[in-house]
Amino acid sequence: MATQEKVIKVINLVKKFGSFVANDHLTFDVFRGEIFGFLGANGAGKTTAIRILCGLSYPTSGEVTIDGLDIYRQREQIKKRIGYMSQRFSLYDDLTLGENIRFYAGVYGLSREDIRQRTAALVDKLELHAIEKKLIRELPPGWKQKLAFSVATIHQPGIVFLDEPTSGVDPITRRQFWEMIYDKAGEGMTVFVTTHYMDEAEYCGRVSIMSEGKIHALDTPAQLISKYNVRNMDEVFLRIARNIEAV
Amino acid sequence: MNKFRGFVIKEFFHIFRDVRTMIILFGMPVMQMLLFGYVITNEIKEAKIAILDHSRDHVTTELSRRIVASSYFQLAQVLDHDKEILDVFRKGDVKEVIVFEADFAEKLEKTGQAKVQILGDASEPNTAKILVNYTTGILMSYIQELNTQTELPLRIDPVTTMLYNPQMAGVYMFVPGTIAMLLMLICALMTSISITREKELGTMELLLVSPLKAFQIIVGKVLPYVFLGFINAVTILLLGNFVFGVPIQGSVILLLLESILFIIMSLSLGILISTLTNSQQIAMMVSMVALMLPTILLSGFIYPVENMPKILQYLCYIVPPKYFIIIVKNIMLKGTGMEYVWKETLIIIGFTMVFLLLSIRKFKIRLA
Repeated sequence: MATQEKVIKVINLVKKFGSFVANDHLTFDVFRGEIFGFLGANGAGKTTAIRILCGLSYPTSGEVTIDGLDIYRQREQIKKRIGYMSQRFSLYDDLTLGENIRFYAGVYGLSREDIRQRTAALVDKLELHAIEKKLIRELPPGWKQKLAFSVATIHQPGIVFLDEPTSGVDPITRRQFWEMIYDKAGEGMTVFVTTHYMDEAEYCGRVSIMSEGKIHALDTPAQLISKYNVRNMDEVFLRIARNIEAV
Repeated sequence: MNKFRGFVIKEFFHIFRDVRTMIILFGMPVMQMLLFGYVITNEIKEAKIAILDHSRDHVTTELSRRIVASSYFQLAQVLDHDKEILDVFRKGDVKEVIVFEADFAEKLEKTGQAKVQILGDASEPNTAKILVNYTTGILMSYIQELNTQTELPLRIDPVTTMLYNPQMAGVYMFVPGTIAMLLMLICALMTSISITREKELGTMELLLVSPLKAFQIIVGKVLPYVFLGFINAVTILLLGNFVFGVPIQGSVILLLLESILFIIMSLSLGILISTLTNSQQIAMMVSMVALMLPTILLSGFIYPVENMPKILQYLCYIVPPKYFIIIVKNIMLKGTGMEYVWKETLIIIGFTMVFLLLSIRKFKIRLA
């Protein structure tokens, strides 16, 4: 699924808040169709970076292109091609699932017929018939996260950005959530996901490990594990953290 | 356009599914209106007075009769000596004492001048002032009648006439004030809450990532409230008209248009508040405290601006409801048209522009 086509290009991205440097010269590429894990502890600068990629804030300096479009000048075109799901649960809980879907799909300019078809397809696939007409707030928490993902990708964006989508979710739901991510990636969607769960890193095609605003490692999980000569990603992360401390 | 319609529909779902919102939107206006209309009123009914009549002739008897017959006063005591006056005031029941000088009728006929002393209990200054005004009004109208009857050369008498509100009904004054306060409060409060709620829930980020433009998001959020605020304005006007009998002398259409303008101004203020904070609670506090008190105290709603210290008077100029109250009073009570309220209208448009420009600036800074 992952190709060699660079769909996200980031060169020397810097973001400062006053004297605090949240993103310190980040440089990386993401290939079309891959699941790219953006890893790091809380406060490493992941959310800052993902917000810049989504157009929620401007970088202080650096070059960023999404799908060949420049984030400074072609923001409006970028918006149509991406999906975004924030770390906070983000469906309207006083609307039903159907209403949420119709709203988001409407915002992305889908036609009524498209909305109807995609809603029906989603309801069939996830077997939501019983809960389609219920308000989101009445649903169990595990469901909400999966639905938020489905809604965030309802317009079939080329790239979807997921900011800590699984934080605070039980292991079974996390598992199911990742199955959904694989599904989408299988359809050719590029998935850019931040997480601080190291075990999730192994689900990703490639991962970058960030700490204190810098990227310290970027490779496939298997390569990283062999490079640091450890058993799993958790230990890779510990090694990198120790190296930083030693410096 | 389809995007936008979906947005507005969603907003209506939020409003109609939230009990608290519905109560604030529809319960509050009616309750406040009735409260202000009935409870806080300047009007005084059946105030206890005492009369000390040194003359006891046909003129003073007639004057006393008229005063007591009006619904404002109730005769509590008839006094015989000057020294009793202080006693009745000290007891506290009597709010006003009227003293006619000796040979009142005779002096009036011969010299055209007679003295009546009106003593008010100024420990309650507002009440005293109103009572004295009422009394002078009654005396003046009597003298005017006399003047038309006799062929005496016309003399200039200080005649106070209560224009536009001949009965000095308090509720006439409260309707414009209440409309201004409620529209301002509800519109600013509801928009600032509904926008900060999206921020708290994190849905605002989703909207900002979407192809919707910032102004579409804002307009989509406030449009339902323009509509609901308008319904509120109509409700208040109907209540004022049918429950309290406040007339609408001028053009109803102009009044409604001005209300819509004021609603839009309040909404832009609400937008501005929501750009300053990310929390619903702070937005609510700011809207309530920062808007309600100045509206009540500094807009001329209850307390006349002219009586305030100079500094406060200058402060009053930047309280937007002040201008809307002037407009509403002009149209409702005086029946005047645009030619008399264009200045105030322009000022409100100016406020709207300033609030919107500040919001847009704030919005951009936040995004950077």
